[in-house]
Amino acid sequence: MSTETKDHAALADDFNKDEDRVDWHDETLWWIRQKRDKAVNKLPDWELLRATASAIKNNVLSNLSAYLQEFEAKAQNNGIIVHWAADAKTHNKIVLDLLNAKGIKQMVKSKSMLTEECHLNEYLENNNIEVIDSDLGERIVQLAKEPPSHIVLPCIHKKKEEIGELFHLHLGTDKGNSDPQYLTETARQHLRNIFITRRAALTGVNFAIAETGEFVVCTNEGNADMGAHLADIHIASMGIEKIIPERKHLGVFLRLLTRSATGQPITTYSSHYSKPRDGKEIHIIIVDNGRSKQLGRADFRNSLKCIRCGACMNTCPVYRRSGGHSYHNAISGPIGAILAPNLDMEKFADLPFASTLCGSCSNVCPVKIDIHQQLYKWRQVIVQNGYAPAAKKAAMKLMSITLSSPFLYHTSGKAGRLVLRFAPFAVNNRFNPWFKQRDMPAPPNQSFGEWYAKNR
Amino acid sequence: MKVGLFIPCYVDQFYPGAAIATLQLLEKLGVDVSYPKNQTCCGQPMANSGFAHLTGGCDKLFTENFRHFDYIVAPSGSCVLHIKEHLHSNEYADDAASIRNKIYELSAFLTDILQVESLPSRFPSRFPFKVGVHQSCHGQRGLYLSQMSELVAPGFSKPGKLLNMVEGIDIVPLNRPDECCGFGGTFCVAEEAVSVKMGKDRVEDHLSHGAEYITGVDMSCLMHMEGILRRQGSKVKVIHLAEILNSYQ
Repeated sequence: MSTETKDHAALADDFNKDEDRVDWHDETLWWIRQKRDKAVNKLPDWELLRATASAIKNNVLSNLSAYLQEFEAKAQNNGIIVHWAADAKTHNKIVLDLLNAKGIKQMVKSKSMLTEECHLNEYLENNNIEVIDSDLGERIVQLAKEPPSHIVLPCIHKKKEEIGELFHLHLGTDKGNSDPQYLTETARQHLRNIFITRRAALTGVNFAIAETGEFVVCTNEGNADMGAHLADIHIASMGIEKIIPERKHLGVFLRLLTRSATGQPITTYSSHYSKPRDGKEIHIIIVDNGRSKQLGRADFRNSLKCIRCGACMNTCPVYRRSGGHSYHNAISGPIGAILAPNLDMEKFADLPFASTLCGSCSNVCPVKIDIHQQLYKWRQVIVQNGYAPAAKKAAMKLMSITLSSPFLYHTSGKAGRLVLRFAPFAVNNRFNPWFKQRDMPAPPNQSFGEWYAKNR
Repeated sequence: MKVGLFIPCYVDQFYPGAAIATLQLLEKLGVDVSYPKNQTCCGQPMANSGFAHLTGGCDKLFTENFRHFDYIVAPSGSCVLHIKEHLHSNEYADDAASIRNKIYELSAFLTDILQVESLPSRFPSRFPFKVGVHQSCHGQRGLYLSQMSELVAPGFSKPGKLLNMVEGIDIVPLNRPDECCGFGGTFCVAEEAVSVKMGKDRVEDHLSHGAEYITGVDMSCLMHMEGILRRQGSKVKVIHLAEILNSYQ
């Protein structure tokens, strides 16, 4: 993909070439942030719920292996087959082997960010397995041959007219018709046939309960259920951090998840899967893929508390104006920017810098991940590991020397202001990114230090 | 009570008016305030760029300049937050720890330490203009100068409380009361496109509500918005909170 070589700033620059579209994207996501605000303000105990969820997840992270083994044993007792995958490659191979063993060539899949992270679709297609995404937004980006731009709203970057055009090309709808009801009904008919004919269904996992060995999948469209109930084999892929200790804890997380995500009190479907029906199979693949490495990073471990609500994306003033694809990672936005460097520090060295550190993400996070603090800390780690551009290194070194010396500071301060006053062309030119769309401050006659020396 | 005045580097160099207003305001309130002349910068530009390991010189200088004061006050939420969260000195470890606890952003110092209930009566503040208040993120979400729109919690505002003591001022409402302006330190040049778009949107919110001035506790955000206002040819001005509180025309 051409985007592979561009960093966040360059991709954001491309996105900002169409300012009307940026305004539309910003307003759309801000509207969801406002829906979230309305919903959470109806719960006087909202902050207590967040604190409780955070404490439960901290407990999980501190006792992860014990909870995972408890979950495995309970799930096996229920007749579920449990697999362990250390990385994306192993996960994908397990899925392929399960399908091959049954001679299955077509699979339906509900939304799973983990499979996006593992690039499962691509892998299966290369192995002659057809995958159809059944979440409407995911189906739309799949038809467009694009990755999702948002973890909860995969096609939020697409206008309905563009979706109408895609459906016209792929699903035979009338050209120029972008009526949402018409398009949704078409998708429903198209997917119904997929659900009925597919023998394998893959779903994600929102919560896996150690106490009972069951797992919960949350959807608004019921597509996880439609796929899983009709298939012979249901494969559920989960990251190791999806564990919660007890069923009663769902009462905390289910109240937080969708209020944070879309402002709904709860997902339309919160489906519990605990054992296979007669003659059917349920497989769970428990995936690490870098998570235990992140767990070992003291400063970043609590990023694993994430329940994938997307609230940090909706509130992020940068995300709203750069679009999800500018993060060139399966998980975009602030949470993606603190998860991605763990997977590939060089490739994602730009992401922790794609933030003003405003802190809004940490405030909306339903499990109280200190996202903006981790963005700051990742910046240090990335520079320490040598992934800062050479020009930036040199500039920072010079800045450090100047600011460590009152003499150099006062001398260069005078020089800096002189340049501004007498040679604005030297600064006000197209090579100065500040000046491209902003004026420089008018240089004063004297600094405060100079004024103070004369007046006090 | 001896107060050390910390004037951030870019305020010293580009916005001496905000610094003078801060000094005069503190003096009018009877504070024994002085400005250590060897101060430079808090080190935040390096640290936020990932170069915290290069801030040792700034940290040492800052500690030397300010360790003998009872309080340190600065007209900036962002620089104060940086000191509170990151100031360390191997040479003066205890002094650095103490500074982290006794440094205050101006509006917090006025409301929390001086407990100002009215502005100095000899020089009644008067500012008969429509003013938009920009909530600088580091002051708001880092130092809790005002309640944050994301939280379910009772509202308050330290800068707002002070502005309400100013005669004639008309604070305009905003559609997004605490969205970031997009300055973000080196973000403003490294992510030029998004930074500018954020700034334009923030400015537009103030303009569409008829603001004649945009004020705030951080000159850096105001400098960013001023850059956009001037490029647009707007007559709307930016002004530091201290300059309004200190005004007596």
